[in-house]
Amino acid sequence: MIQVEGLSKRFGDVQVLTDITATFNKGKVNQIIGMSGSGKSVLAKCIVGLHKPEEGRVLYEGQSFHDMDRDEKRQIRQEIGMLFQGSALFDSLTVLENVMFPLSMFSKMSRSDMQDRAHEVLTRVNIVDKDGLYPAALSGGMQKRVGIARAIVMNTQYLFCDEPNSGLDPQTSILIDELIKEITEEFNTTTIVITHDMNSVMETGENILFIHQGRKWWQGDREQLLNSDNVELNEFIFASSLMRAVKKAMKNER
Amino acid sequence: MRLLFHIGRYFMLLKEIFTRPEHLRLYWKRTVEEMDLLGVKSLGIVALLSVFMGAVITIQTSSNIDSVWIPSYVVGFTARQSTILEFSPTIISLILAGKVGSNIAAEIGAMRVNEQIDALDIMGVNSAGYIILPKIVASMLMNPFLIISSMFLSIFGGWLAGVGTGIVSSADYIQGVQYDFQPFTVTYALIKTVVFAFIIATVAAYQGYYTKGGTREVGISSTKAVVYSNVVILMANYALTQLLLI
Repeated sequence: MIQVEGLSKRFGDVQVLTDITATFNKGKVNQIIGMSGSGKSVLAKCIVGLHKPEEGRVLYEGQSFHDMDRDEKRQIRQEIGMLFQGSALFDSLTVLENVMFPLSMFSKMSRSDMQDRAHEVLTRVNIVDKDGLYPAALSGGMQKRVGIARAIVMNTQYLFCDEPNSGLDPQTSILIDELIKEITEEFNTTTIVITHDMNSVMETGENILFIHQGRKWWQGDREQLLNSDNVELNEFIFASSLMRAVKKAMKNER
Repeated sequence: MRLLFHIGRYFMLLKEIFTRPEHLRLYWKRTVEEMDLLGVKSLGIVALLSVFMGAVITIQTSSNIDSVWIPSYVVGFTARQSTILEFSPTIISLILAGKVGSNIAAEIGAMRVNEQIDALDIMGVNSAGYIILPKIVASMLMNPFLIISSMFLSIFGGWLAGVGTGIVSSADYIQGVQYDFQPFTVTYALIKTVVFAFIIATVAAYQGYYTKGGTREVGISSTKAVVYSNVVILMANYALTQLLLI
């Protein structure tokens, strides 16, 4: 479980996040949603420790991340896996080397054991026979799947996904969403997905945090999301005609 | 104030870079790759420049000392001194700052904007050490070889031009190259080379590592890397010359 308490972040004179308090549950797909520029990626970067907040703290299983010493932070980081918007695979490494990278850095496994483990997670994300290819030779969807494999190869406890569907076609997006959900349940990870894709929210969102103008505006589950009377939230989720049709259909059912 | 900020952050980055590596074997593997990329792959341009510069130095010296009072072996002597003292260690280092420095800044800058550095940080890898240290070690190991090659090729280029055009005989040129040779000049050149290699790798890496934005900013970082490393090399060249030769 990850808890955020009274977190605020500023860049120079610009206040990006103000007093965010939220809980992200273990074994669930927790989602942070909001418009572009609302501060959701900054929040995620504060949670993983890439940005240091001016106020507030982030608790991993009750332990404050920013109060940890260097070794404790390093230890917790080895339990964090992150899928980046652009996958962030290392260009100079092959698919297999990318997935083996965290193991080669931190584990004492033999090379063959590392290869076996990498093959295991690659198979789990449906990437087979692509070991020797470089990231540039893969499609966007494949890069995301390799990114997921790299994120979970160390028996990850905390999985972060920053806009996992960006740049993907709808069909591949659904596959990635399903994969994230399956992995969360299978490995019992605390998963946090940053997204503004409403399809993704409706497919996988179990605990949804809506960020608006750098503040926590709303938190709840899918059912509550559709029935909320929060004006800003409704403007955001029902911006597309598809979602408006969903709402209309729901009203008619009642 | 801005300059002080950059100097401070540069030294803080150096501290990060020289923190104990997580996995020495991986660092060494990367260092060997960088030696090939930054060193071996620079040999062609260094060789080409050196041969032609040696030839030009010889022809210019010869045309400027056209006097019966000056022995013709002075042409070889001047070519050797110019090459060892200044041309190979300094001018070639400035050229390498352009080739290698821009390469380092662009590569690291692209890694920054593509979030690969963030990925390393999140994994708990010391990103500065993992990315930059192999480049520094590779540059400091390979540049002396490049510069020594440059010295030989430049003196050879001078011989080729001198003998080829008939402005100096082979015997006179070789006599000049050997005349009053002081081995310390080579030591001085190699000390400069190693310092310049460190400057090129670290200044370029600094520019790349702190790139913010997109591809346009990567280009800007690359340009800054070349300009700033050239400026620092010229200042260090003056300081080292005063320290070592006077």
